[in-house]
Amino acid sequence: MTMNTSIPAPAPAAKPTPPLRDWIRQPRVAGTLIVSYLAVVIFILVKLDRGTVLFPLWSTLTFPPFILSPFVIMASPLRMRTKAIMIAILVLILMPVIGIYDGGYLELSIQIAIYAGLALGLNIVVGFAGLLDLGYIAFFAVVAYIWAMFTSNVATVFVVGHLLVPAWAFYLFIPIGVVVAALIGMLLGLPVLRLRGDYLAIVTLGFGEMIRVLARNLDQPVNLTNGSQGLSGVLRPPLPGFSIDFTASIAKTLGITVANVTPVTQQLLFYFIAIVLLRIIVLVARRLDDSPIGRAWTAIREDEVAAIAMGVPLVRMKLLAFATGAAFAGAIGVLYAAKQTFVSPESFSLDQSISILAMVIVGGLGGIQGVILGAMIVTLLNLQILTNFSLQINALRNIDYVVPLINFHIRDWPPQLEPAKYQRFVFGFLLIVMMIFRPEGLLPSARRRQEMHSNQAEPQELARLEEPVVAAEVDPRHLNEG
Amino acid sequence: MLLEVKNLSKSFGGIKAVRDISIGIEENSISSIIGPNGAGKTTFFNLMTGIYKPDTGEINFNGKSLIGLRPDQVNAAGVARTFQSIRLFANMTVLENVMVGMHARLDVSLWKTLLRPPGFRTQEEHVREKGFELLEFVGMLDKGNEVSRNMPYGDQRRVEIARALASNPKLILLDEPTAGMNPNESADAMSLFRRIRDERGITVVLIEHDMRVVMGISEYISVLDYGEKIAEGSPEAIRTNTRVVEAYLGRRALEGEQPAS
Repeated sequence: MTMNTSIPAPAPAAKPTPPLRDWIRQPRVAGTLIVSYLAVVIFILVKLDRGTVLFPLWSTLTFPPFILSPFVIMASPLRMRTKAIMIAILVLILMPVIGIYDGGYLELSIQIAIYAGLALGLNIVVGFAGLLDLGYIAFFAVVAYIWAMFTSNVATVFVVGHLLVPAWAFYLFIPIGVVVAALIGMLLGLPVLRLRGDYLAIVTLGFGEMIRVLARNLDQPVNLTNGSQGLSGVLRPPLPGFSIDFTASIAKTLGITVANVTPVTQQLLFYFIAIVLLRIIVLVARRLDDSPIGRAWTAIREDEVAAIAMGVPLVRMKLLAFATGAAFAGAIGVLYAAKQTFVSPESFSLDQSISILAMVIVGGLGGIQGVILGAMIVTLLNLQILTNFSLQINALRNIDYVVPLINFHIRDWPPQLEPAKYQRFVFGFLLIVMMIFRPEGLLPSARRRQEMHSNQAEPQELARLEEPVVAAEVDPRHLNEG
Repeated sequence: MLLEVKNLSKSFGGIKAVRDISIGIEENSISSIIGPNGAGKTTFFNLMTGIYKPDTGEINFNGKSLIGLRPDQVNAAGVARTFQSIRLFANMTVLENVMVGMHARLDVSLWKTLLRPPGFRTQEEHVREKGFELLEFVGMLDKGNEVSRNMPYGDQRRVEIARALASNPKLILLDEPTAGMNPNESADAMSLFRRIRDERGITVVLIEHDMRVVMGISEYISVLDYGEKIAEGSPEAIRTNTRVVEAYLGRRALEGEQPAS
């Protein structure tokens, strides 16, 4: 080999686009492909039987592709209208039907919607306004506890013989939760917003822990939270009269035998409430992003000093970010408490805050689609994929399966190596890989992509080298005052 | 007087960055503040725009005191500025940068943002149109959709000026707006500053090092040294002021190019 670094490499010949790609990019072809892909996946999902040995494996191979299909649709070259219709059919018809076949999937999709809502709220604070909040779960916790305190049969402060708040008040408590969470968001914001970056993160972390400790200890002197045992028997929203018959008739039409219709209907109700809330949250987030408020947040994230000098009221805008982010958590909090019928301090640990932050980062800070994708992936990893691998190993162990060729008895698989035990490990590993290879997240907003790919020396920086010695730089310490 | 600064002082620790400065700026004028590095010029701008709070002194702008106002309130009152080291929102587009500059003049109520009554759309359209109009004014009309960090240095300075103009100021403070420019670019910039005053009726105050620019454009010059105002007057008066020549153009100039030691 000769050294020829000084000779410019010949320009690579323009790569002809592979004909396959062109073919797929035709809307008609893409549409057909997506529909048939969905048909296959749904067929397998519906045909799977929980009793069979390989169920966990198959379910892991088919449910994630199904639930992630909206993103395939969004990336396809179809018209916006077609995409919207397809996604609506998926979300409003196909998912509930699959949920009637197997309630496990419905539960998963409710969890995903809940976490997506939370992640979108955190995204307002961290992604839009650039304020790192490590105690986000606290807003969620407070509101979940409020609904639980009023309706759980354990705590007796507000509940006189369990009659004070009727179940239908659930719908009333969602807006109440929104307002309360927003107020707490502002309350936390007022003293904290003078802090920036790392300092802000530490304080919010402390706030999150404080709320958890309060939840754990407010069983004395009056029993508000029932301490570490948590509040159980939280009320669910009432089922509309017709809904049970409706579910039953749909199940009958589809030829599914549902052992007990009521819990399925209950889950379906939660699913639709979650979808409605998520839809509203997405709309609100999108409208905020595309407005003077959204631009002001971006400006603050980019350069606080310049933003305030250009007339952006720093404190008001930051408070607004905290309040709206918290408000999303408030709406979801009521739903969460009612769905679980149980809240305890352990549901609102730092772990959860970190998980939600990870969803935002994996998906793509600042982008709405990306954050939902992140919520899906992290929730699936947490609740389905790794658990299923463990279940699969157990199932194979029970039938004493021997792996051919290497002659390995699954029976001998050490319990220490169970995949579910490595949940956090896989999670951490995923984060490391992501941050190295795709720091902007899977579906970043255009702006974030910009920020992350700036390794080349830019004209601006080069020019700065030529600048005369800069005397006094602006000291931003007291910008947040007043 | 559009702007009247009286006995303004500010110290950091033991260092008196600005000492007892009084400056008046006439409406519709172009003035410069000059002085050696570290003379307190940028500190003076930061005091006027609310980024620092003065220890003592008065700042009256358009019949209203600016003392105690936050930077965003100063901006809303009609004083806009640019920065010595360009502070554009680097990852926003050029147009978005200018649109942020209009923030103080916009109705940003939450309910309108969420419910989008007809007025909201109209306002957004107006913001966009005005953004393009300002970009045209500074000669950047075709660059609106470029990400500002990718722009050449001189263009970034222009965008920063357009962003400052976006708030409809009465007074614009330009902190070394021609730093790093070659003579051609400086000449273009000078004509831009004149047009800001002539076509838009905005009073201009510059901090400048480039004497060609200072002498060519200023109607009135104030000279700072060690935080104090040592001279003021027309360019001709300043050019011949021995104290200025000594402080600013260098003591060596008076000592026949001999190192002073």
